[in-house]
Amino acid sequence: MTDNAVESEGVKLQTPSRVNPEFKHEVLSMPGGETLKYCFQCGTCTSCCPIADITDSYRPRTAIRLAQLGLEERLLSSDTLWLCAACYTCTDHCPQGVEVKDVLRVFQNLAVKKGYIPRVYREVGKNILNAGYAYKISKFKMKKRIEKGLPPLSETPPAHMEKLAKATGFHETIAEMEDEE
Amino acid sequence: MSGKSESTGNSESKKDAVLKYAFYLGCATPLRERAYEISARRVLKELGVKLVEMKGVNCCGLPIDAVNHEMTLALSARNLVIAEKMGLDILTLCSGCTGQLMKTNKHLKGNRESRERVNSYLKIIRMEFKGTIEVKHLLRVFIEDIGFEKLKTYIKRPLSGMRIAAHYGCHLLMPSKYLEFDDFEDPKFLREFIALLGAEPVRYADEKECCGAVIAGVNLDLPLNLIADKFRNVKNAQADAMTTICPSCHLMYDQHQSSAEKMFDETYNMPVLHFTQLLGLAMGIPAEELALDELKVSSEGLLTAMEQTAYVGQSVRKVWS
Ligand code: SF4
Ligand code: SF4
Repeated sequence: MTDNAVESEGVKLQTPSRVNPEFKHEVLSMPGGETLKYCFQCGTCTSCCPIADITDSYRPRTAIRLAQLGLEERLLSSDTLWLCAACYTCTDHCPQGVEVKDVLRVFQNLAVKKGYIPRVYREVGKNILNAGYAYKISKFKMKKRIEKGLPPLSETPPAHMEKLAKATGFHETIAEMEDEE
Repeated sequence: MSGKSESTGNSESKKDAVLKYAFYLGCATPLRERAYEISARRVLKELGVKLVEMKGVNCCGLPIDAVNHEMTLALSARNLVIAEKMGLDILTLCSGCTGQLMKTNKHLKGNRESRERVNSYLKIIRMEFKGTIEVKHLLRVFIEDIGFEKLKTYIKRPLSGMRIAAHYGCHLLMPSKYLEFDDFEDPKFLREFIALLGAEPVRYADEKECCGAVIAGVNLDLPLNLIADKFRNVKNAQADAMTTICPSCHLMYDQHQSSAEKMFDETYNMPVLHFTQLLGLAMGIPAEELALDELKVSSEGLLTAMEQTAYVGQSVRKVWS
């Protein structure tokens, strides 16, 4: 298998200092990451994944293996971490009961903590903090709603969004990104 | 408890009682796919289902799960609490919202540690998750609360001769342990719905293939590959139209159809209707009231063919092509 070759090549290239033996424990301790340890590398997740089906660069099984091996930096800095379409096909097919999609999401959350995050999430995050919705709300669209006979869109109290964001650490992530702008 | 205050619990009486729900719109439907909201409200009015608007709600949380799972839980729990205070079950249109709200609801109901953690966030805004309501996608309301038998009595203009391909999408089925609905590998609910409307459900290759909407903002090429695949399969099966049950899937197949055509230098010309629009048409509601004109890929040819076949009783495809 091609991804096997890539993986073992990558493992050989890593120097011992790049391995973080604690990394898997960090994943295991996070909500949703608990099942990482059950993976026995059968490859079912990759073979049923709609994204892996159309691109060679995305392999959920490989991502799980990198975490088990402690190759933290290589896993978290990879662009391909963000190609999961969140369809849950892998989760429903894993013979070992690994919550594959949730484990991958834990990797993404950890990548964000290290500062790796695709731009689009900044936009979405800002929209939610400002007005509670993932998309921007334009005056034009709101007017159009009324014209079409729809009730006005309910308004979210921004203070609630901010408070929840501060309690969960989401605020920090989005604010930091704004500083970088 | 049951969120439907005017029903008494057992499923028989439920089907006769006035159904009432807290209506959760989410983001994609009102802000990107208005036709879905318009047609859903229109058919539900006709069916006598009462919708109570939810005040002060926010995004379901799914779009930022990859960034911060705790915030996602807090956002979805906040919506659930608003419905709890209304004493009503939530009715959803978006499969993504449905999946997120159902997962959070079930998880928080069954896991004390998570519930306490999320409630510690909600406490700051003076809210508390109690776990007293359920979440249901509109299609599940049709199946489980209204029942197909009763729904059938509303069909006045069967869509005879129309060959329709069902796009199931992912989040109404998976993860199956949370959704507990149909067979996640080979579902049939949407084909049965199409048959109920008098149309012919078309089987095609890779029916369960994902639309890829979740990563469209990160990498649009991959989802375009997925939807092109879908159109080829659907066309091979000679479908006249496709139908979706989720605004994000619809956005991919309708609004991005032309991008996929350009990318692969192919022509699909495949109308993609919201399942509520199809139902409305079959109920005899005029097309103008179902916002069919808001679709990017025109359904005009399809509708004209429908008009004609209604009189001559032949297949839409013969008339149309
Ligand atoms: S299907 Fe499960 S056990 Fe098999 S490789 Fe994927 S995560 Fe590991
Ligand atoms: S959830 Fe992600 S990794 Fe799993 S099958 Fe879907 S796209 Fe692939």
